[in-house]
Amino acid sequence: MRPTAVGTPVDRADARSKVTGTACYTVDVVLPDLAHAVVVQSTVPTGRIVRIDAAAAERAPGVLGVLSHANTPSLAEVPTFPQGPAGQRRPPLQDDTVNFDGEHLAVVVADTLHHAAQAAALIDVAYDREEAVTTLEAGDELPPSGIFGEAPDSVRGDPEAALARAEVRLDATYTTPTEHHHPLEPGATVAAWDGGRLTLYDSTQWVSGVRDAVAMTLGMATDQVRVVSPFVGGAFGSKAMVWPHVVLAALAARHVGRPVKLVLSRAQMFTSLGYRSPTVQRLSLGARQDGTLTAIVHAVTQQTSVFEEFVAGAGYISRSLYACPNVAVRHRLVRVNAPTPTVMRAPGEAVGSFALESALDELAAQSGVDPVALRLRNFAEDEPQEGLAWSSNALRECYQVGAERFGWERRTTEPRSMREGRHLVGWGMASATYGVHSEAAAARVRICADGRILVTSGTQDLGTGTYTTMVQVAADALGVPVERVTAALGDTDLPPAPHSGGSQTAASVGPAVWSAALDACSKVLALAEQGDSYAEILTRHGIEFVEGRGDARPGASASRFAMRSFGAHFAEVQVDPELGEVRLTRFCGVFGAGRILNPKTARSQMIGGIVGGTGMALTERTVTDRRLGRVVSPNLSGYAVPTHADIPWIDVCFIDEHDPHVNALGVKGIGEVAIVGVAAAIANAVHHATGRRIRDLPITPQTLL
Amino acid sequence: MTGNHPLAAESETYELSVNGRREQVKAAWLGESLLAVLRERLGLPGAKNACEQGECGSCSVFVDGVLVCSCCVLAADAVDAEVTTVEGLADGDALTDVQQSFLDAGAVQCGFCTPGLVVAVHDLLDRNPDPGDLEVREAISGNLCRCTGYGRILAAVEAVRDQRGRRSRP
Ligand code: FES
Ligand code: FES
Repeated sequence: MRPTAVGTPVDRADARSKVTGTACYTVDVVLPDLAHAVVVQSTVPTGRIVRIDAAAAERAPGVLGVLSHANTPSLAEVPTFPQGPAGQRRPPLQDDTVNFDGEHLAVVVADTLHHAAQAAALIDVAYDREEAVTTLEAGDELPPSGIFGEAPDSVRGDPEAALARAEVRLDATYTTPTEHHHPLEPGATVAAWDGGRLTLYDSTQWVSGVRDAVAMTLGMATDQVRVVSPFVGGAFGSKAMVWPHVVLAALAARHVGRPVKLVLSRAQMFTSLGYRSPTVQRLSLGARQDGTLTAIVHAVTQQTSVFEEFVAGAGYISRSLYACPNVAVRHRLVRVNAPTPTVMRAPGEAVGSFALESALDELAAQSGVDPVALRLRNFAEDEPQEGLAWSSNALRECYQVGAERFGWERRTTEPRSMREGRHLVGWGMASATYGVHSEAAAARVRICADGRILVTSGTQDLGTGTYTTMVQVAADALGVPVERVTAALGDTDLPPAPHSGGSQTAASVGPAVWSAALDACSKVLALAEQGDSYAEILTRHGIEFVEGRGDARPGASASRFAMRSFGAHFAEVQVDPELGEVRLTRFCGVFGAGRILNPKTARSQMIGGIVGGTGMALTERTVTDRRLGRVVSPNLSGYAVPTHADIPWIDVCFIDEHDPHVNALGVKGIGEVAIVGVAAAIANAVHHATGRRIRDLPITPQTLL
Repeated sequence: MTGNHPLAAESETYELSVNGRREQVKAAWLGESLLAVLRERLGLPGAKNACEQGECGSCSVFVDGVLVCSCCVLAADAVDAEVTTVEGLADGDALTDVQQSFLDAGAVQCGFCTPGLVVAVHDLLDRNPDPGDLEVREAISGNLCRCTGYGRILAAVEAVRDQRGRRSRP
């Protein structure tokens, strides 16, 4: 391949429809005779429903039907990830138990959205309330049964002995709060039945997961369910799994005999699509005087719901980021009357890196070693847990390039030693890493006699640029300009592809598109000599189109090499010493993430990840009332995501990395690595500015005053 | 079913002027927001609902040239006004300079915030042709974006500002 499209800043294929407002998201789908559903949620954290009175709602204007546990058929459980596609195993509306505040208890369907909302307010529920566990601190710690197939606890070497002998020792506890994804498009589903066949328009990261989950719940054959999701208004993990409102839309449509649209409200988003569990992380480091790590013990406590288990591997980052002979990782869970948590951008690493990379900064300060030098000293030449060679690892270049671009050598060591007017200035840094993931995927590429090329795959574009990058891959494989290629995605009628999460879409689907394009190309060339255009060959043979198929699956390299993306973050903050306000004033992120298919879409995705990390550091926290077990201020004022005014110019740079082992395209995936370590870099900068070590996120003015 | 149920609110039929066209809003409850009427009744889904309480800016439209969150405005209040939505900004198939700049700069990801931002940026640059960096940030801080981290949006706005500035200077 002579790449002319891949690696260049091609404009987004879908940008035009998005800037003109014509891109059709799930919330925009309109069908003939469409009815609207509104969900009614519980208002106690635990107990039994003693009465659910829908009579007034049923009599209200425009109402077509009400579903509650009283009239909902029995539904099958769907296993949660990775055994199955569900976010919550327990199906909705099955019995009179309430397990958390904000659990779906009823669905009201009416002819208009207004009528449905009005009637939903008339549903009268009486509870027999029971004693609830509403915080992580209040419950008993239990060992989880596993973390995505891995053991929750692991030990290498003898960490306890190494800690006892360490020349420098650090023990600290770090906490992170409940965080919510809050994509701008809320969870939404439109369900339409045609006899026994069901079509779902759904805002999802996984069309085939939705198909499988809904078919399983309703006891249908999977080929009777089609799921369509051409545009997704952001997701960040909240739409990676299938949540109960999706099946409620299907049930509601069947109940009233009309297509039904169900859109969650922003308030309902706090309890309906999972969240990032709060963490309490106890970290012990042992090191030699020069900062060489000799022991890491990383013990993490997280929460799950009272009825099932979800746990992210927050401690795992401590096993693989640095060379250290003695490492113990431990994960524990507390069952809380809250919804089941789920994956959120870099699940595990995003929070685990806050503890590890803050602790490294503390170690640097204690041992008097520069934070970058400390990390270089502990660079892992091979993957330390499994002992495999890296497929590629640009971490050292990331430090070096980042330090240069940021001007790190001008940093003065002492906290509170840099100022700008009356503001304290601080510089901090942290490492980033995230595993390379991929799954089996399929694609088709059609070459038409009029010269157009169509790429199809049942993958999803969450805003990440899949439409654009897959067009680039096909264009290069066929040697045609990108203008001739279009892509159709987000439909279970297309060749199957995995969920768009774990930064795996480009690495999974890209190679499938590549091989489908080569297959199509060879079919055309079998008809004629090279030198003619595809269109000429097909026209001469009177063929309307040829279609190539491509399948890709993770290669054997995965067992021979350790594969990760790496990065380094450098942050500058200014702190107002009187108000305790922290402003991020400069940021540089440098990444070694394999081949970058499109620097324009990639750059924006990295900045988005860095700003997600900035939210973690400074503003984002879901507060739950301990007594009520209820989210306080469930809206975008109560949950503050960063705005334009909070964010400085952000410098993003990619190391030119050629990894022959990860996959045919050399792609590692970029969506998650950008957020890993950001919160620590900012917290470290706050320490440098103020001398205050903040170990609890977010770092608000209250914490600094 | 509706009959004389106490909740069968009084409804009225009225006309709105949207993107230069007269539109009938038939038998509508007068409490409906402009956003709801645009999306649910007039088939204009460009303005998005991401919070329904004035916190995200996704529903931004112009009412008589004034930028509003259409989720917080009653449609019936806009009866004598001219409403312009993202669908009505461009002339036919052409893009406005702001739309083109969002495309060129890579300021679009999932795109759910984009219509509201495009409207808000038109408002800013029409009111203030030469805003400084801080003025830009402040003016569009009411428009939340969860994907882009704002970097490329800012670049897009500054590109339009500079380009308009060059055009107006001889
Ligand atoms: S929907 Fe109107 S401001 Fe959010
Ligand atoms: S592009 Fe997704 S919210 Fe802005």
